[in-house]
Amino acid sequence: MWKWLHPYADPERAYKLSGTLFPWFATLAGLLIAVGTIWGLAFAPTDYQQGDSYRIIFIHVPAASMSMAAYMGMATAAFIGLVWQIKLADWAAASIAPIGAVITFIALFTGAAWGKPMWGAWWVWDARLTSELVLLFLYLGVISLYASFEDKVLAARAAGILAIVGVINIPIIKYSVEWWSSLHQPSTIRITEKSTMSTEMLYPLLINIAGFGLMIGAITIIRFRAEILARNGMRPWVRELAKAEEVK
Amino acid sequence: MQFDTISDFFNMGGYAFYVWLSYGVTFFCLSTLIISSARQKRKVLIEIAKKMDREERLKETRSTK
Amino acid sequence: MKRGISFTQAFFTLLQRDLKIAIRHRGDIFNPLLFFIMVVTLFPLGIGPEPQMLARVAPGIIWVAALLASMLSLERLFKADFSDGSLEQMLLSPQPLAILVLAKVLAHWILTGVPLIIIAPLLAVLLNLDGNSYGALISTLALGTPVLSLLGAIGVALTVGLRKGGVLLSLLILPLYIPVLIFATSAIDAAGMNLPYDGQLAIIGAMLVGSLTLAPFAIGASLRVSTN
Repeated sequence: MWKWLHPYADPERAYKLSGTLFPWFATLAGLLIAVGTIWGLAFAPTDYQQGDSYRIIFIHVPAASMSMAAYMGMATAAFIGLVWQIKLADWAAASIAPIGAVITFIALFTGAAWGKPMWGAWWVWDARLTSELVLLFLYLGVISLYASFEDKVLAARAAGILAIVGVINIPIIKYSVEWWSSLHQPSTIRITEKSTMSTEMLYPLLINIAGFGLMIGAITIIRFRAEILARNGMRPWVRELAKAEEVK
Repeated sequence: MQFDTISDFFNMGGYAFYVWLSYGVTFFCLSTLIISSARQKRKVLIEIAKKMDREERLKETRSTK
Repeated sequence: MKRGISFTQAFFTLLQRDLKIAIRHRGDIFNPLLFFIMVVTLFPLGIGPEPQMLARVAPGIIWVAALLASMLSLERLFKADFSDGSLEQMLLSPQPLAILVLAKVLAHWILTGVPLIIIAPLLAVLLNLDGNSYGALISTLALGTPVLSLLGAIGVALTVGLRKGGVLLSLLILPLYIPVLIFATSAIDAAGMNLPYDGQLAIIGAMLVGSLTLAPFAIGASLRVSTN
């Protein structure tokens, strides 16, 4: 049933296929993010409670939701790499990790910058912020574990195991942090409910979420291609590319 | 357009600092990530090319001996 | 064909061996314990001696110190076996790796977790912990420290082949310790206010059962990567 997929596990083929896919991802991502951001910044109505500070939502929520999605993607790739021994999946996981870390950092930073005018503090030990911080630690763990092995085949396997262990733990951590903050915190701090959001605000947000997803896909493709080249330095087709690059 | 004037737009209803700080940092982080990712490929290829050069020189010195 | 000793025999042989080795190097048992005591005594010096305040932060201090002590002692879990090659022999043995790993982790817990549980009430006295909380303190430690050993062993197994694994280890496993810390301290807090805390205990118990069944496989897979 899945036989048709097997030829794509060839590095050269994957390199070329991702090369043809890249422009689509990049242009769509750029277009969506441009539309969503301009719509959100300039045309969406002002929130009656939070004023214009709520406009941070158009990057904060996409970054936050995509940070989780990117982790899931990384763990899925790592799982495929571990179980079916497909090296391409390992390389994909390795190329997603730094992107996920940056996106998580953006979600944290914009959350802090939004919290300062709304809650009066840069950092509040709110359940969502805390679990996002833990997610950043998990990403950094995967990245530094991958970086500390000389042999990248082993590095990918070790980082893959860690990513999968992290995936099992993410729901537990998220649940425990939510439970913890409901115990320790007065319920005065709450962001306005999502469901009451007007469609005028919702559409640019959804557009930006889709844009962020595609952008992560595009950056993953860039890093994935470089990773393929780095791991296949002995292959003739890579050597030819290297020769062409040297002449330039 | 939600804002009447351009300066209103940049003022963001008094929250200019926080809004533009968020957008600025996001833009900076993402562009750094994209640029460093895009440079990675060239770096890898040049490294491979250098390795090939070394191998070739090694071969030459061996054959002249 | 002879398949060698049974699974139970293998488990207890390895457990006995690890305990024997540890008893011959007594420093390895006492150092994490001393570290635990030192960290706990530093806190009153840092935040002041008021009894009410100390009682308020005591559960957190004891548990954070326990996390750090467990992490510190875990570093040596596979190190000696890795460097003298006996770890590779274990990987080659016909018994499933998960069972052998479980024996090693159990030995580690007996050597570091149990002394910690015994000494914790004494430190709780120093920190002026509420009288109602002692039962909760001991039961959370009894259920929680095995979870720490099991989860930590995954991180140790991943980093055992690396030269500078120490700092990396803390980054890998401390995030995984967070749920245990949260539920344990809140159980102790609840006990201090005379509230029922069996819910939190049940959750820690569930984490123990979950990690007991899943962690050995993850540890085994990590060891296979590290010794490759």
